[in-house]
Amino acid sequence: MTAIEDTALKLDPEEARRVRQERLERIGRGGLPLAIMVLAIWLWDRICVWNAIPQYILPRPGVVLQTLHDDAGLLFSSLLVTLRITFLSLLLAVIGGVGLAVLFAQSKWVEMSFFPFAIVLQVTPIVAIFPLINIYINDQTTKLLLCAWIVAFFPILSNTTLGLNSVDRNLRDLFKLNGATRWQQLRYLRLPAAMPYFLGGLKIAGGLSLIGAVVAEFVAGAQGQSSGLASRIIEAGYRLNAPRLFAALILISLTGILIFLVLSLVSHLILRRWHESALKQER
Amino acid sequence: MIQEKVAQTTASGERPMLLSLRNVGKVFSNGVTALSKVDLAIREGDFLSLLGPSGCGKSTALRLIAGLSTPTSGQLDWRGSIDRSNIGFVFQEPTLLPWASVFDNVWLPLRLKGMSRAKAEPAVMEMLSRVHLTGFENAVPRELSGGMKMRVSIARAMVTKPRILLMDEPFAALDEITRFKLNNDLLELWQDERFTVVFVTHSVFESVFLSSRVVVMAARPGRVHGELTVDAPYPRDEAFRTSPDYAALCRQASDVLVNAINSTAGSHHDSH
Repeated sequence: MTAIEDTALKLDPEEARRVRQERLERIGRGGLPLAIMVLAIWLWDRICVWNAIPQYILPRPGVVLQTLHDDAGLLFSSLLVTLRITFLSLLLAVIGGVGLAVLFAQSKWVEMSFFPFAIVLQVTPIVAIFPLINIYINDQTTKLLLCAWIVAFFPILSNTTLGLNSVDRNLRDLFKLNGATRWQQLRYLRLPAAMPYFLGGLKIAGGLSLIGAVVAEFVAGAQGQSSGLASRIIEAGYRLNAPRLFAALILISLTGILIFLVLSLVSHLILRRWHESALKQER
Repeated sequence: MIQEKVAQTTASGERPMLLSLRNVGKVFSNGVTALSKVDLAIREGDFLSLLGPSGCGKSTALRLIAGLSTPTSGQLDWRGSIDRSNIGFVFQEPTLLPWASVFDNVWLPLRLKGMSRAKAEPAVMEMLSRVHLTGFENAVPRELSGGMKMRVSIARAMVTKPRILLMDEPFAALDEITRFKLNNDLLELWQDERFTVVFVTHSVFESVFLSSRVVVMAARPGRVHGELTVDAPYPRDEAFRTSPDYAALCRQASDVLVNAINSTAGSHHDSH
């Protein structure tokens, strides 16, 4: 790309068109969603004004922003509570998911025996399980963590299991020929080979652990026991404090986006040298 | 030196036996007989090619020798002092770890034997220079061409200084120019180190160019059909590739191969 722009290469019309197209696409990729966003916010504001919608039903964007600023202390301390649950559960999901996957990879029999139960845990709605957890566990943090973990661990487990089992047959033979131990095979072959799969699962699990944390808090928060963002939303709903409700909502989605971006970056940095998914297209 | 080389290539009867396959057979669980009653004597320093059509069991034979598979009948006798940790294997594809650098890929067999990076470094660098890849230690496989990847694969197989190198159609996927180059380099390596090679191929020309012995195999069931001694002297170079001797040897090998293929077609008919 840069070589073409730097040297005064004479391009035929087709190539020149392609260069132009690529440049346009690059601008469009970031610019278009941003433009749509600005337009939508402007429209939101106008609709509020044109229809004289009261603040407790739909606040104007400016008011939401003002609330975000005014209630910052309250909202951000709540965000911290939610974030703590999110990251702890994501950490536990990584440990649990990878740990179980490694266990499954040791023997087909273990995988056959236990994988179905992981699926059962995954497909049962967490909201339906929560009342049970509420009975059996007293500690608030443990409760929330368990909920968020149940939601987040499955993509990591299933992806990592797939990755550990997707090792090239010849490479397996090579390790066998060189008398590799089980541990060596895991350490030098299967874990690195599973890395792209694991990172794909991690990206999904990052979002899910936030969702899990918020949902768990919603169910727990209904009993007035929580202080995370979800309970701020419930509280604001009771008081018809729509601006704060919107502000909390925006904080949650921004957090979700940030988690996704950070995990994508981590994934890119780890895979950029060797994996197809992280390579720039050369032609 | 020249005297020695001649001795090495012609008087094969005097070199010690490395491995003999006696009456070896392999039947897969699906009922396919991959190998039947194979007798083969491999002597130290042989460059032996297994030549045959697809399905003749040449790769199966190689896997049996490597210990990746066990024979259904018959036996493999290794000469006393040799064991299976002395085997190098080169697959049809380069089969490299895509996340690891060239250095780490070649280091791997030594690493699996517990050798540290620092301790393995001289051997790894020496091997890389032998396959003409000095300066590429830090590249990852995707940055290399097909021929270079195969060189890494050969370096990895040779870094443990194996007594026997097993190669399963290693150059089949390469273009002709690259293949010729790798043929030459492999011969050079073989002449310097004097290891034993068992080379699986379906190319008459490649087998004749490289080998001191060409064992022709036939299919259904996989078996040894005939053997050809290639007594052209080493070193063999580009001049040999275009010589009348080479052409004559290729014709001989080709005749045996055609025979082998026809014998299969015949037996196939008979069985129906």
